Amino acid sequence: MSFINYSSREINCKIVYYGPGLCGKTTNLQFIYKRMNPEARGKMISLATESERTLFFDFLPLSLGEIRGFRTRFHLYTVPGQVFYDASRRLILRGVDGVVFCADSQLTRVDANEESMENLRVNLREQGYDPDRLPLVIQYNKRDLPNVASLAELHALLNRRNVPEFEASATTGMGVFETLKGVIKLVLGDLKRGGRQ
Amino acid sequence: MSHRNFILREPEYEALLSILRKLLTDAYAKVVFLVDKNGTLLASAGDAFGFDTTSLASLAAGNIAATGGLANLIGEKEFSILFHEGERDNMHLSVVADRLILVIVFDRRSSVGLVRLRVRQATARLAAVMAVALAASDAELGEVEELTEADIESLFR
Repeated sequence: MSFINYSSREINCKIVYYGPGLCGKTTNLQFIYKRMNPEARGKMISLATESERTLFFDFLPLSLGEIRGFRTRFHLYTVPGQVFYDASRRLILRGVDGVVFCADSQLTRVDANEESMENLRVNLREQGYDPDRLPLVIQYNKRDLPNVASLAELHALLNRRNVPEFEASATTGMGVFETLKGVIKLVLGDLKRGGRQ
Repeated sequence: MSHRNFILREPEYEALLSILRKLLTDAYAKVVFLVDKNGTLLASAGDAFGFDTTSLASLAAGNIAATGGLANLIGEKEFSILFHEGERDNMHLSVVADRLILVIVFDRRSSVGLVRLRVRQATARLAAVMAVALAASDAELGEVEELTEADIESLFR
């Protein structure tokens, strides 16, 4: 549910990075934070454990310029990927406008990806969303590592909706902004249609 | 649950602002914020310049969401009032009309009791304005819904 403030001429949208533990959700936000013009981004907040695993969420606000006189603001959130933080993941999905599913391309994480995608669908349904209609893009992260699954395999396992998909290496930044741009386009396209009922 | 966009128009925004300004004075608060449960700031009154309002809105929403999760675990719908006491400043958070969070920052010039009393009075007025805003939002087919592909592309040039 996007929030449009006609008084301050602002459109606010919430984008959530979802995926299994250690797939690179926080690294995506850190790269965006580092590379964005400081005037276009706010402070990045990470509610993490002492070992830097996400405990509740990371948050990065971006301001991307104007469309038809409205300033566009995007609030990027990550969820904690570890299986036992499911209650937190459900809370963070509230009011979401678009999701980036960040998959870990390594062969050893194939099951974790599938489990997390299924968990996303269950949690979206619980929050009253139709998981087949919510704006979604998929990022195949860690493409720079050895022993990764092929794109065809990952596509077959995770992208049954045939949504836009991107190869990435969040540590080097490859594909990070392409993914962000992909989800923003879908979210704004959805806004054009007046949001989901 | 409806996931339609929420559109806040000028008259309702001004009405919310006027309630916040009165609350600020009546409660002897330093600053007052109105945030939606998704973490977006709607309006504020008082000296907000010293605060990172975007982060504050997001964390307030996270705070209410997390305690709401705790409430559910013990069979409560939510904990609708939270109070955080600091050495100098204190923060009072309360849920308004199921979808907003009213955040009040105050120091020793005020008290929890006074803040609670004033919040209770302001909450009913804020809820009434929100009901009008939501009805107007549902009926809205405004210009942002006529965005073209070219409009969206223009953001990335």
